[in-house]
Amino acid sequence: MTLPAVHIRDLRKTYVVSQQEAGAMAALQGLLHRRKAEVPAVDGISFDLAPGEIVGFLGPNGAGKTTTLKMLSGLLYPTAGEVTVLGYVPWKRAKSFLRQITLVMGQRNQLVWDIPALHSFDLNRVIYHIPAEDYRRMVGELTELLELEPLLHKPVRNLSLGERMKCEIAVALLHRPSVVFLDEPTIGLDVTMQRRIRAFIAEYNRRFGATVLLTSHYMADVEALCRRVVIIHHGRLLFDGDLSVLVQKFTSHKTIVVQLGDCQADLRTYGEVVSCADGRFTLRVPKAETAHITERLLADLPVIDLLVEDPPIEEVIERVFAQESP
Amino acid sequence: MKALAELYVQQFKTTLASMFQYRASLLIWMIGQVLEPLVYLIVWSIVSNNSGGSVGDYTTREFAAYFIVMMVVNQVTYTWIMYEFEYRIREGILSFALLKPIHPIHSDIADNVSSKLITLPIMILIAAGLAVAFHTSVSPTPWAVALFIPALLLAFLVRFLLEWTLAQAAFWTTRVSAINQTYFVVMLFLSGQFTPLTLLPHPIQVAAAILPFRWMIGFPVELLLGRLTLTEALTGLAAQAVWLIIGFVLVRIVWRAGLRIYSAVGA
Repeated sequence: MTLPAVHIRDLRKTYVVSQQEAGAMAALQGLLHRRKAEVPAVDGISFDLAPGEIVGFLGPNGAGKTTTLKMLSGLLYPTAGEVTVLGYVPWKRAKSFLRQITLVMGQRNQLVWDIPALHSFDLNRVIYHIPAEDYRRMVGELTELLELEPLLHKPVRNLSLGERMKCEIAVALLHRPSVVFLDEPTIGLDVTMQRRIRAFIAEYNRRFGATVLLTSHYMADVEALCRRVVIIHHGRLLFDGDLSVLVQKFTSHKTIVVQLGDCQADLRTYGEVVSCADGRFTLRVPKAETAHITERLLADLPVIDLLVEDPPIEEVIERVFAQESP
Repeated sequence: MKALAELYVQQFKTTLASMFQYRASLLIWMIGQVLEPLVYLIVWSIVSNNSGGSVGDYTTREFAAYFIVMMVVNQVTYTWIMYEFEYRIREGILSFALLKPIHPIHSDIADNVSSKLITLPIMILIAAGLAVAFHTSVSPTPWAVALFIPALLLAFLVRFLLEWTLAQAAFWTTRVSAINQTYFVVMLFLSGQFTPLTLLPHPIQVAAAILPFRWMIGFPVELLLGRLTLTEALTGLAAQAVWLIIGFVLVRIVWRAGLRIYSAVGA
């Protein structure tokens, strides 16, 4: 049996925050006596990642995903529990450990803002001691896979969000890390760009056998990349297993969005009407009947537009949460 | 060591590229660097002329020489890390720095030295121009010139290490601008930036000798102006060496303590 690339047992992280009530009196009291509260961000989670695995790490905002990723990459030390990555204890931040991992944060930038990304690439080349030959090859590969060619010589501030994200991902992977933590790498990007980045992550994983732990709010990212998902909520593990099992088990419904002229029509016979605004109905229908109901809607009504969607990831997670909690 | 040298070379290129992106703000910044000592120079010249051509042991022309050399020394030893650190923590830039297998202080030193190498020639030209305009010059002894170089280097290192340490106050508080402001006011008086230290009351001179500020700015100026005996110069270098060691120790201790907090509360 091979050693896991990532190993987490009963991992906990508790933040101590000072609290203040609203109002002047409370503010005065706060000056004298700060009330501290312990907030458990990660509350005893356990899972392992095998080398080369891509796993989706899901949960609503504030579930503890980023906190966990930061503990895995050595930025935070755990309050309790065990965590090792490639056999290293992350928070000790051993140089040999840091050379083998990377963390991409979709909402943060490491590229120097005012100058072309190629300068930041070069800085990482010397910081990570990447041999010239490897560096050339890696930049070549990344340029090809992410279509960076026209971007590398422009100041980063002149790039669009999507272009910048591609450069961010590239610079984070120059040293060819074998463990990759991706925190919402596709946030705010358009669908085409999301798809391109998704394809790239899959290719990087395939080519270099890297272990990838990915958080995303886009179900499409997760579906395209991850066979296995780990779901946390309120810092607790709710689900760890095959994505297909999760979807089968917890998404019994689909959402149909129908654009009509107005909200006068009564669509209750087609499915559960969640909302209607400006003639835009949102219906919840059982998954198995989706095709049939869509057909009926199109036949019966003056439909301007129609859209069939999976329930949003939050809804899936909510369902997991609702069913797993006692 | 070779890797570190490569990093410094690469950082030089990066800093150069950044500075060229901001030529206008660079110019404004340099004007500020010139203007501040120039204001003190003019004020003290007026005071000196009105009190019969000298104040204490400084003539009008010596005041000019003092503040012109001060301008160059300040330029060499200046750091901006204290303005940056809180921003780095807030924006997650520090997190990226911590993910890299190198101490972040290296990038800061390299960036600082690089931008100095680029701006220093211009500063020296301005200083030469001012020296002509104010009819003043310095004619130091050869040993003073020889000791000025290490004194300047040590002044830079001491100032860099201490201000890098102080910048880390941002780990503990979000109100760093109040700390910075206090620091700069104290430094203004005790470093000799506002007035030559020999013009200040004795107790303040004693305080200045004990505290690090004089060793970060005033001392190299006095040395180059030929106002120190050889013994005073060597004692000064020794004081700088002591502060250098203190600076090293402080950087290590405070950085570790700061990181403990950072990795406890997150970024």
